[in-house]
Amino acid sequence: MKYAYYPGCSLDATGIEYDIANKLVARTLGIELVEIPDWNCCGATSAHTTNHLLALALPARNLAIAEAHGFEQVAVPCAACFARCKKTAAAVQASPDLQVQISEVIGMTYAAKSEILSYLDVIGKKTGLDHIKKHVVQPLTGLKIAAYYGCLLVRPVDITQSDDPENPMVMDRLLQVIGAEPIAWDYKTECCGASQVVPVPQLGKKLIHDILKNAASYGADAIATACPLCMLNLDMRQKQINAMFGTQFHIPVFHFTELMALSFGYSAQDFGLAKHFESAESLLERMIGGKGA
Amino acid sequence: MRRIGVFICHCGSNIAATVDCAKVAEAARGFPGVVYSADYKYMCSEPGQEFIKAAIAQEDLNAIVVASCTPRMHELTFRKTLANGGLNPYLFEMANLREQCSWVHTDKEKATVKAIDLVKMAAAKANKNEELTSSTMPVHKKALVIGAGIAGMQAALDIADAGHQVVLVEREPTIGGKMPMLDKTFPTMDCSACISTPKMVEVAQHPNIELLAYAEVTEVKGFIGSFTVQIRQKAKYVDHDKCTGCGLCETKCPSKVPNEYDLGLGQRACIYKPFAQAVPNKPVIDPLHCRKLVDNKCGLCAKVCPTGAVNYQDAERLFTDTFGAIVMATGYDLYPWEEIYGEYGYGRFPDVITGLQFERMVNASGPTGGKLKRPSDGQEPKSVVFIKCVGSREPAKAKGYCSRACCMYTAKHAHQVLDKIPDAAVYVFYMDVRAAGKAYDEFYEATLKDGAVYLRGRVSKIYQEGSKLIVKGEDSLLGRPVQVTADLVVLATAMIPSQGSRELAQTVGFLPDLDGWYQEAHPKLRPVETPTAGVFLAGACQGPKDIPDTVAQAGAAAAKVCGLLSKSQLETNPMTARSNPAICSGCGLCVAVCPYKAIQLISLADRDRYGKRINRTVADVNHGLCQGCGACTVTCRSGAIDLQGFKNNQILEEVDALWR
Amino acid sequence: MDIIELSAGGTQHQVEIARLASIAGVELSSCYQCGKCSAGCPEGFAMDESPRRIIRLLQLGLLSEALQARSIWLCAACDTCSTRCPKGVDIAALMETLRQEAKRKALIRDKNIHLFHELFLTNVKWFGRSPEVILSAMYNLMSGNLFQDMDAAAHLFKSGKAHFLPRRIKNTQAIRQIFQRCLEKEEPQ
Repeated sequence: MKYAYYPGCSLDATGIEYDIANKLVARTLGIELVEIPDWNCCGATSAHTTNHLLALALPARNLAIAEAHGFEQVAVPCAACFARCKKTAAAVQASPDLQVQISEVIGMTYAAKSEILSYLDVIGKKTGLDHIKKHVVQPLTGLKIAAYYGCLLVRPVDITQSDDPENPMVMDRLLQVIGAEPIAWDYKTECCGASQVVPVPQLGKKLIHDILKNAASYGADAIATACPLCMLNLDMRQKQINAMFGTQFHIPVFHFTELMALSFGYSAQDFGLAKHFESAESLLERMIGGKGA
Repeated sequence: MRRIGVFICHCGSNIAATVDCAKVAEAARGFPGVVYSADYKYMCSEPGQEFIKAAIAQEDLNAIVVASCTPRMHELTFRKTLANGGLNPYLFEMANLREQCSWVHTDKEKATVKAIDLVKMAAAKANKNEELTSSTMPVHKKALVIGAGIAGMQAALDIADAGHQVVLVEREPTIGGKMPMLDKTFPTMDCSACISTPKMVEVAQHPNIELLAYAEVTEVKGFIGSFTVQIRQKAKYVDHDKCTGCGLCETKCPSKVPNEYDLGLGQRACIYKPFAQAVPNKPVIDPLHCRKLVDNKCGLCAKVCPTGAVNYQDAERLFTDTFGAIVMATGYDLYPWEEIYGEYGYGRFPDVITGLQFERMVNASGPTGGKLKRPSDGQEPKSVVFIKCVGSREPAKAKGYCSRACCMYTAKHAHQVLDKIPDAAVYVFYMDVRAAGKAYDEFYEATLKDGAVYLRGRVSKIYQEGSKLIVKGEDSLLGRPVQVTADLVVLATAMIPSQGSRELAQTVGFLPDLDGWYQEAHPKLRPVETPTAGVFLAGACQGPKDIPDTVAQAGAAAAKVCGLLSKSQLETNPMTARSNPAICSGCGLCVAVCPYKAIQLISLADRDRYGKRINRTVADVNHGLCQGCGACTVTCRSGAIDLQGFKNNQILEEVDALWR
Repeated sequence: MDIIELSAGGTQHQVEIARLASIAGVELSSCYQCGKCSAGCPEGFAMDESPRRIIRLLQLGLLSEALQARSIWLCAACDTCSTRCPKGVDIAALMETLRQEAKRKALIRDKNIHLFHELFLTNVKWFGRSPEVILSAMYNLMSGNLFQDMDAAAHLFKSGKAHFLPRRIKNTQAIRQIFQRCLEKEEPQ
């Protein structure tokens, strides 16, 4: 399968290791990812906080470039980028007037014909679990993992086409296939505060704390994410959370594709495990005899 | 030549506010055949009807047009007026100036023009109307009641007490429905079983009631006064004539499954009575789980049965019977909240239960012997949260309507928790407290005095932390998010029509409303009748109800049935289809389209144009079955079928009048 | 507490409120104030006016109070409220519409959140992308929170988790044009 790939700014900045793992997984599974040439920022929350048209035009430019190159499917690994792209496509599909207006603003024709998929859905829904299972050489047996989806991959359902807004299972099934033990927990789709953690840290950190607390209460060894910002909040800020709440969380957090890469036999050096804040070393040691580390 | 009188009704201000009635009356005087016209505030009132009668006599009228509301409302009223005034009632024509004009328009001038057109059309048809006469058909003096919950039992008893025969059909192995599952009933706190189980016995012993438990209605044919009904008696695998109900088989059966009657909180054997006071008080075998029936092993119950009543070869039985009237009393079920409530855990948390499960738990004859216990660990809950309107009043997620009984039973539950566990904390999340019944609000007040904490707001999320449930809501009166660490959460889930009720309605021959409740013929004036003549409604099948309302409605339905069965003959509707054999080609298209199976092809002895004897196939309408829908008349290619009262020339006259 | 004089000036706001509700695709009269939105709102505990109260203010015609609430800035657009609303009210869309309106009227209740979004968009306008590290640095500098998240900086660079320098896209002209075309009609009133 061939996809236009829209990595988004985070995968070019604080989420480099996500990008690396995505590409390793794609290579193994025979998925061809072609980066959209000269892509720009989707505008994220800041654009749709500010101006309705801008929030649609920024993603539309990328999607129009992908269309111009003949792509029928666009893979988006970042949840925020995914949500913005999906909303843009839905808005343009719903209104021929808007389609004209957006095309004028971006100076290109955008027809909203291509299918936009989160990278999680590309792997979890389009690739086929049986196909993935064939490539698992190092099953993550015994790893009790909390699959964390956050907001933007699942809500609103009519835009994201998520399987369930309260208890999605796509990532859980995927993690099961690679041998891990996804746990049933309650904070799968609760918000991590996203970028609000920067301007209003006290607020955002409580949200992160509550997510970590619930995962820990169900005995999760680690948390898997499908969004670079969720990852950054849950991983980088654990230390800050512990300082603020007097807790002792040390829960390794992974991009879901990193766990897949591990199960496919790649070592931690192949991707960016060392870039994580919370060390996964002892966990991997216990789990797969340190082969990953 | 017709001498038509036209009467324009103001319907108070319903029509007069939007239509200039005097102007319409004046215009009507110029229509062909109209010799008299007038307007009046309430044509349907006694002075209004007297006015029409007087005009018939004084003006020598022989056809009448009333322009008022819908024929569904008052066509019958005015036909009777004609009859009293000495005219054939079918010389009456009605123009609908309310539903089809004043209620849907705002521009008085244009509405008046339209009203004049509507009256012009009605007058044109009145010119062509013919005298019609009814015939009679016999009434089978036996009623069928479908569903034997408190509604069906009450209706059956009331009909039977009036001296009529009743067949009461119940699909479960026991009658009683949901009421005996309950512990106590609000607001009097009398024991539910103590007032419902004696009724069950009374039903079983009544000489005029034939009880068919574990049976279903599979086919209904016919019409008011004469419904032919097929009933399927499910296989019980126990001969109830031989069985003494000793219960030995139940104690010996080695297979146990969750008991539906306890909503999964308790277990039952595979040869079982749903509960100890079941009626009939004899067991049936569950064919899906019995080892003997599933893989021909075990057979213990047959071995221990002292009377040899167990019969593994038993099979279902079909039989038919004829009834004059049918009472629908199919009750309700609870919304399957587990399917939609992800934020409450999709049923994943064992200590989140429904109100009906609470009833079983708090019931002395229930699975815990009346002790409140957490299903997860059997501990006594010290902190209990009740959530109302789960699935009710939420059109975006489930149902838009209010389920009516939940405010009261939740107040009762809160009271019961505090009664049984005095040191418990009880929180009730509510939207409104709807306690409009007699002594209901006083009961709610008492629950507050007991110490229940009412919080106005919906709960957004329930999740588990260790062995506790965290319940997150908002106290919308305070305007602050609140959180309760709870041991047990009880959901007041929405009432929905009982499973299979939509299909049953189709079988009987009427349509439920959008939510699946059985639709009454008129919400105010015909609340216990369906649009299908001879079919009546009792209890929650018509909409969510508590026990007092259900019993009252069952009594009302019974009174209607008794009224019908007290007659030995019914007048038939003369507005039925007639086929003219002279021009019928016998193509049979009308047979195919008739929804009432009222038309059949018959062979007619005739002569061809050379005088030779031949047999021709022609359509023949059964006037008892025909409901006058007109589907055949528009299908008939040769124009052989015409509907009395709606003949083609009458309809065309109306259309032509519009352009004159 | 001040008495709200409901009859004064309510109607003139009604037109404005109806316009905003229609942009958000929300039927304000649908809301029956159950508070499920506010109970489930992850930011609710920090809000001055809960989402439910924002709707209530609009139902009563108190538009300027709604526009001056900090809540509309705190909303993280997570959509939990809209997803769970029993009446299908898209509360998140309403919060977004109100935020955009407040911005147009230069009613900025949370300077830091506003600053963050402004800086974010300035970067996007300049580079075509959002250079997260530069954004954080600029934000710290301009908000006065100099040392925020500095604990993480060392690891970020040592491990190579983040690029230090922003990558500019080639066609920055196209992006500047998009900004210009979208924002030209939107000068603050």
